[in-house]
Amino acid sequence: MLLTISTTHQPAQDLGYLLHKNPDRVHNFELSYGEALVFYPESSDTRCTAALLLEIDPIALVRSFKAPPGTSRTLGHYVNDRPYAASSFLSTAISKVFGTALAGNCKKRPELVQQAIPLAFHLPVLPVRGGEKVLRDLFEPLGYQVEAQEHPLDTAFPEWGGASVFSVTLTHQIPLTQALSHLYVLIPALDREKHYYIGPAEIEKLMNHGEGWLKDHPHRETIARRYMVNRRALANAAIEQLFREESLPEDLPDDQQVEASVEKPMNLNQTRLETVVQLLQAEKVRSVVDLGCGEGKLLKKLLEQPEFSRIVGMDVSHRILEIAARRLKLEQKSERERERISLLHGSLAYHDRRLQGFDAACLVEVIEHIDADRLGLTAHNVFAGTGAAVIIVTTPNREYNALFPEMPADRMRHADHRFEWTRAEFHAWAEAVAAKYGYAVAYHAIGPVHEAYGPPTQCALFRKSGSAPSRDA
Amino acid sequence: MKLSIPELSLIVLIGPSGSGKSTFAAKHFLPTEIISSDRCRGMVCDDENSLTASKDAFDLVHYWAGLRLKRGKRAVIDATSVKQDARASLVKLAKSYHARVVAVVLDMPEALCLARNDQRPDRNFGPHVVRGQHRDMRRSIKHLKKEGFHHVFRLEGEEAVNAATLEVQPMWPDRRHERGPFDIIGDIHGCFDETLALLAKLGYQITETGSGDAARFTVSHPEKRRVIFLGDLVDRGPASNRVLRLAMDMVDAGVALCVPGNHENKLERWLAGRRVKLTYGLETTVNQLEGESEAFRARVRTFINSLVSHLILEDGRLIVAHAGMKESMAGRASAAVRSFALYGETSGETDNYGLPVRYDWAAEYRGKATVVYGHTPVPTATWVNRTICLDTGCVFGGKLTALRWPERELVEEPAHALHYEPVKPLNTEDQAPNGQGANTFYLDDVRGKRIINTRFNRQITIREGYSMAAVEVISRFAIDPRLLTYIPATMAPPETSKRDGYLEHPEEAFAYYRKKDIEEVICQEKHMGSRAVVQVCRDVTAARHAFNLEEDVLGTVYTRSGRRFFAEAALEQAFLTRLAAAVEKAGLWRELATDRLTLDCEIMPWSAKGLDLLQNQYARVGAAAGAAIPATISALRQATDRGLALDDKLTAWQKRAENLDKYRRAYGTYCWATDGLQGLRVAPFHILASEGQAHFDKDHLWHMAMADRLADADPELLQKTRYRRLQLADRDAEAAVTEWWRDMTEAGGEGMVVKPIPFMAVCEENRLVLPAIKCRGRDYLRIIYGPDYTEPEQLERLRQRGLTLKHRNAVREWALGMEGLARWAEGDTISRVHECVIAVAALETEPIDPRL
Repeated sequence: MLLTISTTHQPAQDLGYLLHKNPDRVHNFELSYGEALVFYPESSDTRCTAALLLEIDPIALVRSFKAPPGTSRTLGHYVNDRPYAASSFLSTAISKVFGTALAGNCKKRPELVQQAIPLAFHLPVLPVRGGEKVLRDLFEPLGYQVEAQEHPLDTAFPEWGGASVFSVTLTHQIPLTQALSHLYVLIPALDREKHYYIGPAEIEKLMNHGEGWLKDHPHRETIARRYMVNRRALANAAIEQLFREESLPEDLPDDQQVEASVEKPMNLNQTRLETVVQLLQAEKVRSVVDLGCGEGKLLKKLLEQPEFSRIVGMDVSHRILEIAARRLKLEQKSERERERISLLHGSLAYHDRRLQGFDAACLVEVIEHIDADRLGLTAHNVFAGTGAAVIIVTTPNREYNALFPEMPADRMRHADHRFEWTRAEFHAWAEAVAAKYGYAVAYHAIGPVHEAYGPPTQCALFRKSGSAPSRDA
Repeated sequence: MKLSIPELSLIVLIGPSGSGKSTFAAKHFLPTEIISSDRCRGMVCDDENSLTASKDAFDLVHYWAGLRLKRGKRAVIDATSVKQDARASLVKLAKSYHARVVAVVLDMPEALCLARNDQRPDRNFGPHVVRGQHRDMRRSIKHLKKEGFHHVFRLEGEEAVNAATLEVQPMWPDRRHERGPFDIIGDIHGCFDETLALLAKLGYQITETGSGDAARFTVSHPEKRRVIFLGDLVDRGPASNRVLRLAMDMVDAGVALCVPGNHENKLERWLAGRRVKLTYGLETTVNQLEGESEAFRARVRTFINSLVSHLILEDGRLIVAHAGMKESMAGRASAAVRSFALYGETSGETDNYGLPVRYDWAAEYRGKATVVYGHTPVPTATWVNRTICLDTGCVFGGKLTALRWPERELVEEPAHALHYEPVKPLNTEDQAPNGQGANTFYLDDVRGKRIINTRFNRQITIREGYSMAAVEVISRFAIDPRLLTYIPATMAPPETSKRDGYLEHPEEAFAYYRKKDIEEVICQEKHMGSRAVVQVCRDVTAARHAFNLEEDVLGTVYTRSGRRFFAEAALEQAFLTRLAAAVEKAGLWRELATDRLTLDCEIMPWSAKGLDLLQNQYARVGAAAGAAIPATISALRQATDRGLALDDKLTAWQKRAENLDKYRRAYGTYCWATDGLQGLRVAPFHILASEGQAHFDKDHLWHMAMADRLADADPELLQKTRYRRLQLADRDAEAAVTEWWRDMTEAGGEGMVVKPIPFMAVCEENRLVLPAIKCRGRDYLRIIYGPDYTEPEQLERLRQRGLTLKHRNAVREWALGMEGLARWAEGDTISRVHECVIAVAALETEPIDPRL
């Protein structure tokens, strides 16, 4: 990984003083994942160039890297762009190798430190997630002239297009110390991957190195979020610090969670859960199993109603059940309360005896996460398998998507949705299932009903034929 | 007195304190069989005499006894048990496990009991307690039979106790000493002619002598085979009386065994003079018996009364019963067991024809023994788990079916006429033998810690966390599980090479097999594309039948993680249509007598499926390196020109430029553009399964020959796999094969796979050896270990790689994969096949170095 810093300041060799590195020698530094080298490919009165070369050892990187929880140790790590691409390693190296210059110290030429001098930074390989626009958005407001050339993925396969990896030259008349702090923050923000664990200490680094410029940067939020590698809580904390004197922006959309963001303004999830609880109450059920309970939002609402004497949440993800247990504070509940509620790891792909014997089963925003060709088996396990007298199913109404302003026409509300149905499609499915398993079906609208498109969420309530529609309290 | 006690019984000793129960128990039973209430008191509260602990102590007595009975072990209750309510709960316990319950009353003189208690310092209760117990005991004796004890033994006085001996009787159904070969015949229902014809087909010689009451059938088989009648000999059909005579003569002569059916049970009640409705075909039998003598009818009644509900044969490997047998009831005796054996269980509901809906016990059957039964008419006898129903509705115009055991062959005789109009047609869909169980995946088959018995001398344990992860992954991302009958096993690399410049080399693979006493191996070219499993059927009807599908598809193609291979369904079906045509042209449908095939394949190019990985991982790294290296070289050259001492660095970076070229060429070889099926190449290398068969009994030469024939049938789409055979003793041949490997890999090939010739090769103690070892090429490995891995300082460190787990899982997954296919072929329920699929997926989630 290479970074060159050139100046045409007169005398150009002053760069050596500013960087605290003699242009006529080779400087070696040990780093945790390899070594750093500083040398000067050119050094004259008119032009001086310093090169920072990082030799990253990919094997040491793989073998000692402790991946943060949630990331997988993929094949990728030995075959890795880190030895070549500018990344958080470069920031670490800058602070270690050019620490004096970054801090703005220079004994021999103190007057030069705050002086704006002509500087050119060349990064032959700078990964930019998001393309050239992001690169320009981040550097141009700070006064840099940006020259960027995207490398192709592979010249042998021109149809593959660009690699999102750029050869970049940044030129500016600027004090070196400032430029180094810009690079320190912005290179990892462009790359959005970090070689170390992102903890709260990261906020401090961002604040330190962003001092004096980040607060006024028009894209400060983007920078903070990208610098924190999208770790939401940390990014929000950082943004909060940046906006300390101003009011916070209304919403901090997470680009992964489309569903939450498109549905959020209408508080749809809340309405949905309340409707389901009301329907269950009207059916006078006592025991409920929530199939695909997720973090337990419905379970929490059910717990608040004393008439539900037995509540069970089932989900296919063991991890999310742990979150549910925490949110429901299961550990802290009294023995009596704990007899009311339990969580099960299971899957709708299977016949599960533990799900039998409930008055009602709920599938709230679940079926759209199942491949359409597996719905038949799912219905079998839910209807024939649980035998619940009341079954409630909710799912998005695709027609309503037209009313979401930010939603592209071909997108669904969530990346994991396998389908979203129109009302007609949902009704066709519901009626077929009801007929097959001996249920009667009724529909309920959830959320504001649009004249042409209907409600945002559709809901079917299945009642087992032959069973009493409701039981006496 | 000789105390004759059934093998599985709960023995309740009855007698007051001091009557000698513990001494008696210790004399006749193992210490582990005796459950003493005093001991349980001690266990729960440290004081064997504490009366306050009674309730908890008896809870423990019951729990403990229950566990033993569940496992088929007898238990002896050493407590006074002089009170009726104490005994009642024990009787109930025994019956819930279908065990016999035996009372042994130690009827000692009161004085003796009192005297014994006086001598025991730990007994601190007064004489009135013992007197009370004695009184209760005496009062109990005459009620014991009524209370539900099957056997009551009263030992009066010390002498009787001392003289008592114990004799254990096998349970009635226990005939494990009886061995085949057998011919097991399903429901006959008076179809006498069909029975004779079937017996003749099976090779029995039958002669009939005499007439009237003196009529006798003499039946024999040259190979001493015997018949087992599965009950329902009578009713509905034209000659129940003659069938009865034949069966009784054969049983009397020892040529046949017989279990009773529900129709015999009803007939017996009629014979006993009870009021029975003459319906469901009994009226025909009654008619036919009215033409027989009183003596014959008496013989029939005795015969039916002598039949045992079900039989356990052949050291426990075979169970026969009329309506089936659950594992928890097999070999036991109770009214519930008898009822299950004769009638099965019903769900309490009735179907559209007003007939009771039967509980599908076979779908849930997980026992080790094979259960052969009848009772429910099915169109054709089919294996479900380890069970088979042989009632093929002969009397309704179906056929009479026999199962040859242990050959497991079916022999059939079509009905000579429709003898009796069935209430519901014989061939309706919901009567398919695997109707209910066919589409049901039981969570209990995959949940928690699993121990899976495979037929390959391997018992494989799956840890709970991994099976949970597999259930999640397969539930969320895999294809329809009905089609997912197999997930390929991981493949191990050889031990790491010590040669300069090599991480992997074939010599370690050869050395491994030599060490395992394998004489010959096959070395197959390893294609570099994406692994795919293909389920292909002859037509959509065959696919519906094979996988119980509702949709019209020809099968599917999926990846090694069970995901759909082709994003577009239309392309998938077009692919399968081409493949089905190739199978047809190669003549494999006919030759393998199948309408479906399961193939292990590699589909090329890699870029067809792996484009995302190629671009975002491999090409992106190549692009970064491709830009960084020249820039670095130029900076270094400028610096060395200035006289800076950076020549070593310059040389090293120049070397990197060379390595990068090789790296980019390595992955580039596996990329080319495709358009639909155009450009796609498929190399099948395992013909895994066809209808009723898993082909792991054929060697790799057979598989290669089949694959070659397929490839010849459609050379545009299908590709052959080049291979060489190698005698491991022949070092010259080894050198030649190694040369072949080097040539292939230098020309851009991934490498080769070394396999023993047999599919399931074993070494000493019948242990499976690695089924295959992949020897990857030197340049291919740059994709795995990075462009510069061949540099000595990198290679030296990379040689430290842990292969043990990888090798272990390669064998375990292989065994599981083949076990699943074998279960599928044998007609096990899909849930039991799926158990193996999930197990492989679970092992695949174990954290193992992904570069291996």
